[in-house]
Amino acid sequence: MEKKRIPLTIDGKNVEANAGQTVLECARENGIFIPTLCHYEKTTNVGACRVCVVEVENARSLVASCCMPVTPGMIVRTDTPAVRSAQKMIVELLWSSGDHNCLTCEQNGACELQNLVYWLQIEKPRFEIEPPGYAIEDNNSMIQRDLNKCVLCGRCVRACNEIQVNEVLDFSMRGSHAKVGPAFDADYINSSCVFCGECLQVCPTGAITFKQAKFAGRPWELQKTRTTCTYCGVGCQMDVFVKDNKVIKVSGNREYGKPNEGSLCVKGRFGMDFIQHPSRLKKPLMRRNKNDELKEVSWEEAISFISDKLSAIKKKNGPDSIAGLASARCTNEENYLFQKFMRAVIGTNNVDHCARL
Amino acid sequence: MTNSIEELEFTDLILATGTNTTENHPVISSFIKRGIRQQGVKLIVIDPREIDLVKYADIWLCQKPGTDVAVLNGLMNVIISENLYAKDYVAERTENFDALKAAVSKYTPEYVEKISGVPANDLKKAARMYAKAKSASVVYAMGITQHITGTDNVKSIANLSMLCGNIGIEGGGVNPLRGQNNVQGACDMGGLPNVYPAYQQVASEDAHKKFEAAWGAKLSTKPGLTLMEMMAAAGKGDIKAIYIMGENPLLSDPDLKHVEKELRNLDLLIVQDIFPTETTKLADVVLPAASFAEKEGTFTNTERRVQRVRKIIDAPGEAKEDWEIISDISTKMGYPMKYASAKDIFDEVIKVTPSYAGMTYERLENEGIQWPCPTADHPGTKFLHKDRFSRGLGLFSAIEYIPPAEWPDEKYPLFLSTGRVLYQYHTGTMTRRAVGLSERYPESLVEINPVDAEKLGISEGQLVKVTSRRGTIEARAQITQKSTPGTIFMNFHFAEAAVNILTNPALDPIGKIPEYKVCAVKLEAA
Repeated sequence: MEKKRIPLTIDGKNVEANAGQTVLECARENGIFIPTLCHYEKTTNVGACRVCVVEVENARSLVASCCMPVTPGMIVRTDTPAVRSAQKMIVELLWSSGDHNCLTCEQNGACELQNLVYWLQIEKPRFEIEPPGYAIEDNNSMIQRDLNKCVLCGRCVRACNEIQVNEVLDFSMRGSHAKVGPAFDADYINSSCVFCGECLQVCPTGAITFKQAKFAGRPWELQKTRTTCTYCGVGCQMDVFVKDNKVIKVSGNREYGKPNEGSLCVKGRFGMDFIQHPSRLKKPLMRRNKNDELKEVSWEEAISFISDKLSAIKKKNGPDSIAGLASARCTNEENYLFQKFMRAVIGTNNVDHCARL
Repeated sequence: MTNSIEELEFTDLILATGTNTTENHPVISSFIKRGIRQQGVKLIVIDPREIDLVKYADIWLCQKPGTDVAVLNGLMNVIISENLYAKDYVAERTENFDALKAAVSKYTPEYVEKISGVPANDLKKAARMYAKAKSASVVYAMGITQHITGTDNVKSIANLSMLCGNIGIEGGGVNPLRGQNNVQGACDMGGLPNVYPAYQQVASEDAHKKFEAAWGAKLSTKPGLTLMEMMAAAGKGDIKAIYIMGENPLLSDPDLKHVEKELRNLDLLIVQDIFPTETTKLADVVLPAASFAEKEGTFTNTERRVQRVRKIIDAPGEAKEDWEIISDISTKMGYPMKYASAKDIFDEVIKVTPSYAGMTYERLENEGIQWPCPTADHPGTKFLHKDRFSRGLGLFSAIEYIPPAEWPDEKYPLFLSTGRVLYQYHTGTMTRRAVGLSERYPESLVEINPVDAEKLGISEGQLVKVTSRRGTIEARAQITQKSTPGTIFMNFHFAEAAVNILTNPALDPIGKIPEYKVCAVKLEAA
């Protein structure tokens, strides 16, 4: 059945939307830019920040486009002096009520508040800057929280409750004392938080950041590569950020879609230290006799030794006296080659892996 | 998985059994929890532990460890006796229903309660809820398979799903959640003793001929040994050499003391890994391998989705990609393997692996593809067995309950179950090197119910001794409701409290999987 389309006008352009769609969604579908801050796709539209305000003809005041459903014949303007003036006022208020010091902020260059300030061409806020003076929460090694940079958009609360459904974060206190966090104002480390880091990923400012990436590289210095997580069988798609051949941090990316739709867990996001751990094996090791110690050898020596030994054992005891364990940790290509080696070169089907363990 | 992860959010009911999803597959658990909180999905949990998912469940059936077949048969008993099963589906798409019906007839809720401890009324409620759902998905993991009746357990799940017409439909299915990034792929690629890639039997004349031609080599038609059988054969001296790529059996295998003896008995042990492990210590040759971040290739996830792995940084020192090492050994042994890249190998894989035949690196660039994908224009397969099972008709199996190999007695009065915790992974070689993860879970803990703890005079954080017929280990106590009275839980991440010293190496006769989820132990203050 064809859905009934609703006609409306945005910035003089005739457009159509489905019933129930918001003005913001309709504008975005039609390539019309409306700035947002608290909005986060696939979570509840809360209209908390009011950055997305637009003019609607015959409305009593400006309306938050993220929460405004389309109605037939609606006439919307996104770029009027009243809209811009309201947006400036909102952003200046947000700026002045926090400690938005880009000099030392990890999110410098990747901050949505910073982008808004720039886009709205605000030189400095008309209000005195008065940060709330919260202590920085840095008592765990994964997530750092600086609520002085929090704009109370509530994205972290929705990420925790609506995306990961861990149900740890919420708002507490009221008015200018309002803040986000676990129950009883506990730090993450003392709460039921499972450190999935979804809050960190959705935070538009530098309020929730990747602790280990601190001072490790500016956003524009990092090179991003998409890959598949190496832990469990979900196969989460993730971005790994690298600087100078060193892994700095990991993030989910909603643009990659299936299977994880941008989410990660604590192991995928914070469990990659092993890659560059000093105890990685770096050279082949070998002992010619069982009682010897393992000693570093060249690849040539190791490969020759293996080849000679395997050939000798195969000749003396037959191919079925040799067995191999492939690996649930290695790639398909490597597993294919491993079983091909065991079957075609050694001549045995003694190949298995730890699927059962 | 017969079905896809995304379907879990929008199905009608999920039956989760033997999976501690929030800790072992956290991202999948989010799909389940979103479904429950936002889409009205119902959840039945069957698990001997009060795992986090219980908090989200409509019904929790807490069975005694290892009594899964009885509980599943009980559910089917209710569904059949109350006439709630999918009669058309059973008639059209399955066979052997009468045998199933006869087998489950004695598993009345009252009888099942005696075996499993699950209250008869709860069982009935769960059976009705499951049967009445339009689409119901069963998700499970090692809690179902790591039993001497692992195969029976899985078949029972298949029975239940087919009975209510849940296989071959969107939102349904039998969905094992695989615990390792590429355990699906390792199986798909023939990393198993009885099959070539895509599960083509080594004993089949056609497959044998096909692979002899493809590889230009004489191949054996005799199925090989499974991991546990290899270890036993090594102990007896029948296996002289083992080549291990990226595994640490000296922490992951059951009854470790034996495994160590068996590996020491070898003439040649080759271990290829990224870290020194308990197993590399015994090796004659240790080969340094590149990690996933240092290589190109593909992994296949739990929903059969083949996805690209990309090189992010250079490997440390002289470490090489595993495929390069295999190629070098092979070439040296007189069988030249000249691949320029992982892509070269994948191009060979798709020629001999029908379920992957339509895939290419180009197609996998932006989104992974779920096998079967037989041709270049095939979009991949979201769920299996639509309209028809691979074998034609779905086969019901008549299965009787068999108790676990070990049951608590006077000397060893508690059940011990084992598994993973959220912050650690497998044998810990990777996660224990992560600062944040180790901060959250720095040492092994024995999860004990407050009732048992009080009885034994054990307090939180106290060092305790856990003893089974095979050995003793020590770790600290964590008093938690997650363990139910009579059952303690330990993880297998820590070599210094290697729980597999305690576990029972009794195997499932078909799957050859050890019974990690049940053994009998004694607990005392250390």
